[in-house]
Amino acid sequence: MYVAVKGGERAIDAANGWVAKRRRGDPTLAPLSVAQIQEQLHQSVARVMAEGALYDPQLAALAIKQAAGDLVEAAFLLRAYRTTLPRLADSLPIDTARMRIERRISATFKEVPGGQILGPTIDYGQRLLDFSLLEPEETVDPTTFATVPTPSALTEPPSRVTDLMGRDGLLESEPVPPGDPAPADLTRQPLRFPAARPLRLQALARGDEGYLLGMAYSTQRGYAHTHPFVGELRVGRVEVSVLAPELGFPVVLGEIELTECQMINQFAGSDQAPPMFTRGYGLVFGQGERKSIAMALVDRALRAGELGEPETAPAQDQEFVLSHCDNLEASGFVQHLKLPHHVDFQSELELLRRLRTEHGTHEAIDLRTGPSLDGTTKVPAP
Amino acid sequence: MTAFNFAYLDEQTKRMIRRAILKAVAIPGYQVPFASREMPLPYGWGTGGLQLTCALIGRSDVLKVIDQGADDTTNAVNIRRFIARTTGVQTTTHTAHATLIQTRHRIPETPLQAGQIVVFQVPQPEPMFKLEPRETERRRMHAMADYGLMQVRLYEDIARHGHVATTYDYPVMVEHRYLMSPSPIPKFDVPKLDQSPALLLFGAGREKRIHALPPFTRVEPLDFDDHPFEPQRWESACALCGSRDSFLDEMIIDDAGSRQFICSDTDWCSSRRDSDELQPGPRS
Repeated sequence: MYVAVKGGERAIDAANGWVAKRRRGDPTLAPLSVAQIQEQLHQSVARVMAEGALYDPQLAALAIKQAAGDLVEAAFLLRAYRTTLPRLADSLPIDTARMRIERRISATFKEVPGGQILGPTIDYGQRLLDFSLLEPEETVDPTTFATVPTPSALTEPPSRVTDLMGRDGLLESEPVPPGDPAPADLTRQPLRFPAARPLRLQALARGDEGYLLGMAYSTQRGYAHTHPFVGELRVGRVEVSVLAPELGFPVVLGEIELTECQMINQFAGSDQAPPMFTRGYGLVFGQGERKSIAMALVDRALRAGELGEPETAPAQDQEFVLSHCDNLEASGFVQHLKLPHHVDFQSELELLRRLRTEHGTHEAIDLRTGPSLDGTTKVPAP
Repeated sequence: MTAFNFAYLDEQTKRMIRRAILKAVAIPGYQVPFASREMPLPYGWGTGGLQLTCALIGRSDVLKVIDQGADDTTNAVNIRRFIARTTGVQTTTHTAHATLIQTRHRIPETPLQAGQIVVFQVPQPEPMFKLEPRETERRRMHAMADYGLMQVRLYEDIARHGHVATTYDYPVMVEHRYLMSPSPIPKFDVPKLDQSPALLLFGAGREKRIHALPPFTRVEPLDFDDHPFEPQRWESACALCGSRDSFLDEMIIDDAGSRQFICSDTDWCSSRRDSDELQPGPRS
């Protein structure tokens, strides 16, 4: 008797034990603490929060530890937890114009009011392996980084470059729509097409970074043209508030770290509108510059129809882009091929054997010549 | 598991899913969009079926979970353990004892009864997704019952191969109105859908759709007058119970490539072996 599929329960328990052993690794080494991951692998934490669609650095770090560093799996753990949380309130819209700036650059102007602030960036260092990190690091004296500035508590945050351009009418305005309707909520309603821009942005914000990067890159290589300029990229902390009905005024819950990319793109104009620049928008949890820029490029590409541009490239096709950007859905479905399919496969085997038995004997209609009217198969013309 | 609600999902989510189920039951074969949640199981591994089960299950239910017809395949074990842990309900492997059956890719051989609910795990609820990738266009086709494309595909199969080359997930018409995917059950199981006394529910988590066949619904596989629908047949009988009228899985049992056929439905097979009228079939 074939028994490979029997005893599933014991096999699953044994597999779980093995996973736990591999996660721990060499037991003579000190275990990683969640706090260490949260502090020292903050870029991983940011990505997991973005794709897990939950801003909680500690839980994201826990998920990374549990997933042994598999960030897509960690985002899955975080989302599966998130789905069980009751929704107590909706926050008020955050205002990135009031961001406590850590980094802020514009590629469209040499100098902008408020200045170019490099902040914590690796953009101008060399990517050389730092072998000194191989050595055990001494406990750091708190004064070591004394000269490194902390996020500025500027009394007046610098104006957004796009706001400055908007005043001249050079850049399309994005007025609040009449009645200020609440946007659809991707986590409460299924994604349906055609999807309006707020819904598209929600899907992109929690979409897979690698996927968005590839999609965005394709728009730079001839599959859609968006002529992009980074109007402004800002990284920093923004207050999140809720309106407490019994108090009647907003209460600040805390701050979240965000990266916002305002992309400025060319547009030829039309009979109705003079030529002006158009926008692409990216917003990501944490310092996610790569993803926010990619998101802004894809957002702009997805506006092709609305702006009267030909829709020919994959990145301009919202059903294509949005249906495949979620890495939980993609990872699960791609890997479900590991599940047993022997019933389907048996069905295919049975058919294939029948076709092979009948091969050359049955009276097939040749599609090159069309169906024969007299019941005989015509020989295709050479 | 005390940190989680009965059957994992919160009550608001269950209510949302039940509303979608009611709509699906009211319009047999129509795909109802629902706000599918992330589950602690990967997408594509039964999240849609699991959400239906979690929204429906009550403390008095008796649950059976099968994958490929078997109660003891690893994914069935995993799903059964999850539901049992979060609900504490009684589980069974006996089809006749179950009030709620979650299944992947099979319908049990034991005839279903009135009052039973079968929840199918559905990877792709849309029968025409290979013919038309755009949802907006497919919605229009369903609205207008414009199913010529599928008929043409079946015709091309017959023209090329002499047979319809679809062996599982065979497209069916529901009450002469909606073209429906029965989930990847084999053709063999398709006749069991027609006039079934049980409520049949189909959940696609990743695609966020629910469709349903209420009891005693007319379900007809697409075919042609001169090429009628034909379920699979086997030359062999089950090597364990001798059954000649069940779906058989083929096993390769040695390096020489020897084959053996046994029932895919493990409950059916073991019940036959346990009964007195056991008639061992020929070993193949």
